Amino acid sequence: MNEFLALIVAKYNFWLYIILMMIGLYAMIAKNNLMKKLVGMNIFQTAIILFYVSIGYKHGATLPIIQGGHGTHDAVIHAADYINPLPHVLMLTAIVVSVATFGVAMALCVKIYQRYQTLEEDELRIRLSEK
Amino acid sequence: MKFLGLVIVCLTGGLLLYGTMDLPNWGDPASPASTHLSDYYIEHIVEETQVPNLVTAVLADYRGYDTMFETAVVFCAGLACFLLLRDFRPGKDRYYRHIPTGVMLHFKNPDTRMIPGNEFEHMDKDWVPSDIIIKTVCRILIPFIQIYALYVVAHGDFSPGGGFQGGVIFGSSLILMAISYNLKTLLKRVTEKFLSMFAATGVLIYVGLGVLAMIMGGQFLDYGMLAPLVPWDPGHIRALGMLGVEIGVGIAVMSVMVIIYVNIVSEGRHDEGL
Repeated sequence: MNEFLALIVAKYNFWLYIILMMIGLYAMIAKNNLMKKLVGMNIFQTAIILFYVSIGYKHGATLPIIQGGHGTHDAVIHAADYINPLPHVLMLTAIVVSVATFGVAMALCVKIYQRYQTLEEDELRIRLSEK
Repeated sequence: MKFLGLVIVCLTGGLLLYGTMDLPNWGDPASPASTHLSDYYIEHIVEETQVPNLVTAVLADYRGYDTMFETAVVFCAGLACFLLLRDFRPGKDRYYRHIPTGVMLHFKNPDTRMIPGNEFEHMDKDWVPSDIIIKTVCRILIPFIQIYALYVVAHGDFSPGGGFQGGVIFGSSLILMAISYNLKTLLKRVTEKFLSMFAATGVLIYVGLGVLAMIMGGQFLDYGMLAPLVPWDPGHIRALGMLGVEIGVGIAVMSVMVIIYVNIVSEGRHDEGL
């Protein structure tokens, strides 16, 4: 029993992120509205960002800003005292890319709506076959 | 289709959940991600760059190329929104309001137009009387949000912050102005030309600092080579180089945020939106 509890404590955040990611994937596959597909894509991206950030965490470590690092710093810095900065950097850029892709995708949706007066996929298919 | 999607999602989710069994435990200091490169970064960044914020140091110095093209991606997103949506044809219907009486005028002829002045003002089609509480609160709040954005950019080296975050905060203060007043008010103060120039200037500052390092005899984006330009503080030259780069990123992100917002809400006509 204790082993099972330890497993849950050690892995539950990864499970939650996978569930979140699958919600996003399902929305991207099954939803009919293009806007809802975009929201699904954003949920998917958020799950991956959370996954990376949680990989960077270390028990007993603080955030990656060196204490007293401004000015002369003589004390030895131990890597175990600070969490891993690399996933944070990668996700900072990933967030910016997600904003950029979301903006362009919304612009495309606006264009599609202007031409076909709908964002539902099945209606779009009918309108496309009419022409 | 929905059922098939559910099957695919359950299958993928099951496989991924099974895969987590091989992942290191959460917060394990000995996990592979936290043992090789990150230890080097944590132990050597301060002596190599004099920047205590490790995230900023890795972002702007060790991974400078990545961030440069990241800024270019943001710039391209703003450009794509502009090219996709911008519509220069004048709108057909115009609406004006007589300020003293509140009478609304609707012009259907595109050739007749009125110059808004003291008596008449331009208004949106779905005009709702602006709420005085929202207007006043936003008017008080916006300058403080902007000061905070500048603080976040300027202190990116020493405390949590940086160009991307500060740029987004500044951009959202401008978007708040467009929401609480109307789109015309924003575009009167921050014109489209100004925004486009700023977006390009931000990328130019980043690339320019890299080229400047090359001219000074170093490699591209090697901030240490800029030391002769800052004779009063050569010890912090890498921190100052990162600050310059972050300012460029902040300017580009701020203007691209506003460009994307303005083009999407008004469908590229820049007359009225949200």
